[in-house]
Amino acid sequence: MSLNTDMPVRVAAVTPVTDLVKRFRFERMDGHPMPFFSGGAHVVVSMNDNGILRRNPYSLMSNPDDSSGFEISVLRVPNSRGGSIFMHEQVRPGDQLTVSQPVNLFAPDHRGRKHILFAGGIGITPFIAMMEQFSRDNIAFELHYAIRSRSHGAYWQQLLERYGPRRIKIYVDEENTFIPVAEIADNQPLGTHLYVCGPAGMIDGVLLTALRAGWPKENLHSERFLAPPAGLPFQVFLETSNIHMTVGEHQSILEAAEAHGCDAPYMCRGGACGQCETEVLSCDGTLQHNDIYLSDEERASGKKIMICVSRFKGQKLVLQL
Amino acid sequence: MLVAGIKSRPEYKGLDVDAHAKRHLFVLEGEGAQALIDQVGAKGRDFLAKSEILYLAAAAAPKAYDVALSALSPDVFWHAPTLQPLLFRLRACLDLARMGTRLYIAGTEGFIGQIMQVAMEYGIDYHSIHTEHRGSAARRVQCVHCKGITDNVTTSPFACTHCGLPLLVRDHYSRRLGAFQGVNIDAEEPGTAPAPEEMFP
Repeated sequence: MSLNTDMPVRVAAVTPVTDLVKRFRFERMDGHPMPFFSGGAHVVVSMNDNGILRRNPYSLMSNPDDSSGFEISVLRVPNSRGGSIFMHEQVRPGDQLTVSQPVNLFAPDHRGRKHILFAGGIGITPFIAMMEQFSRDNIAFELHYAIRSRSHGAYWQQLLERYGPRRIKIYVDEENTFIPVAEIADNQPLGTHLYVCGPAGMIDGVLLTALRAGWPKENLHSERFLAPPAGLPFQVFLETSNIHMTVGEHQSILEAAEAHGCDAPYMCRGGACGQCETEVLSCDGTLQHNDIYLSDEERASGKKIMICVSRFKGQKLVLQL
Repeated sequence: MLVAGIKSRPEYKGLDVDAHAKRHLFVLEGEGAQALIDQVGAKGRDFLAKSEILYLAAAAAPKAYDVALSALSPDVFWHAPTLQPLLFRLRACLDLARMGTRLYIAGTEGFIGQIMQVAMEYGIDYHSIHTEHRGSAARRVQCVHCKGITDNVTTSPFACTHCGLPLLVRDHYSRRLGAFQGVNIDAEEPGTAPAPEEMFP
């Protein structure tokens, strides 16, 4: 249950961007305008993959002011749980999908006087919408974008043409050019905010470098979507719904509950937002917390679990759901 | 007479010199000088070489804290004659400051509020500002009726210095204005306000 405001959409266009990235455009089936969103927002796309319901969050990358449609870009991830493969191989123009209302857990801080964006690979997508907004509002920003190779990197040429080399800096692994994070963090006017989206190692590295350069944590922002990690199957009893279920190897507790007809709350499905926080009634085993939401004290208490990404090892887990 | 549990009531968690900061800007008033002197006692003198101190003696002038602060030999020490030039110089400091500069404010609540007002214009998140309340508990209060602000209010109710209404001083605080809210206490029956009580000595 995500407030039950999901929108049926038609796939209006599928555009290959690189070998591994495709862009999808969605328009509403009922002809109504899409809701406006703010840069950094994402939607959860629901896919019916041969009877398996898959729901993945994707950052919106179209112009936040354009309510004629939403656009997302999807990186094909081999050996993943299958959402990106489904999007790449099965989804064609004209198909019907369902998307959630936009949710923003990565909004720019409008009190900032300057905004520095660090992107790694497909982590560029939320920044494309953010930069539209900064540019429209005449707000100072610069983008530091790291890609593996010029052929694998998505959108870097278009961004360079649109905003110019003064604001867009491209770094290419293959050419041994890397983002000089320490130098950038070292010399910024007071009131600058920093945003990073990319692989986990990059996010950790950028945040740590900025903290060491004396930045307060309030000026540092990051977004990481965690795919639910696979693990051994386990048993869960949902007390309120009176459902005994097995959570499969490649399933999250949330996905298993949905497959059993339980309408559990969720928003980001990536362990970040806190919407799916569920009370643990009894736990004969160990909770494996994989989220970035619960505090250390909450984890230690053993009373709460984020069912979108966390797992369990042991005999029996009873949840208030 | 104060309503407990008002969320906007500011908390002052005390100065705690940040080891990662590249530059420290201390803006101190009156007894707030002692908050920095205590930090030197607790953390050593190393951070002083990277520190700039703006000091307003105000009510603590007889205690000559300016001599003690100056004797710490910070990178820059400046003794402000009044609040206005201090705010002017603070803006100049913040204009030139880089990320990695940490702001510390200590003194009375009215002073802390007015310095934070300036800091927030520069995009500094108030959570990242270190504050410590020292000296008088007197409040800076905005009359919610005429919008006039009165400094150094020590009683509740008190007569608004702008419109004269007797005002109940609340814990309800505005960061934007750097002031507590004062609400007319005898609006239903004018002339029935209780006698002022010394609440913020």
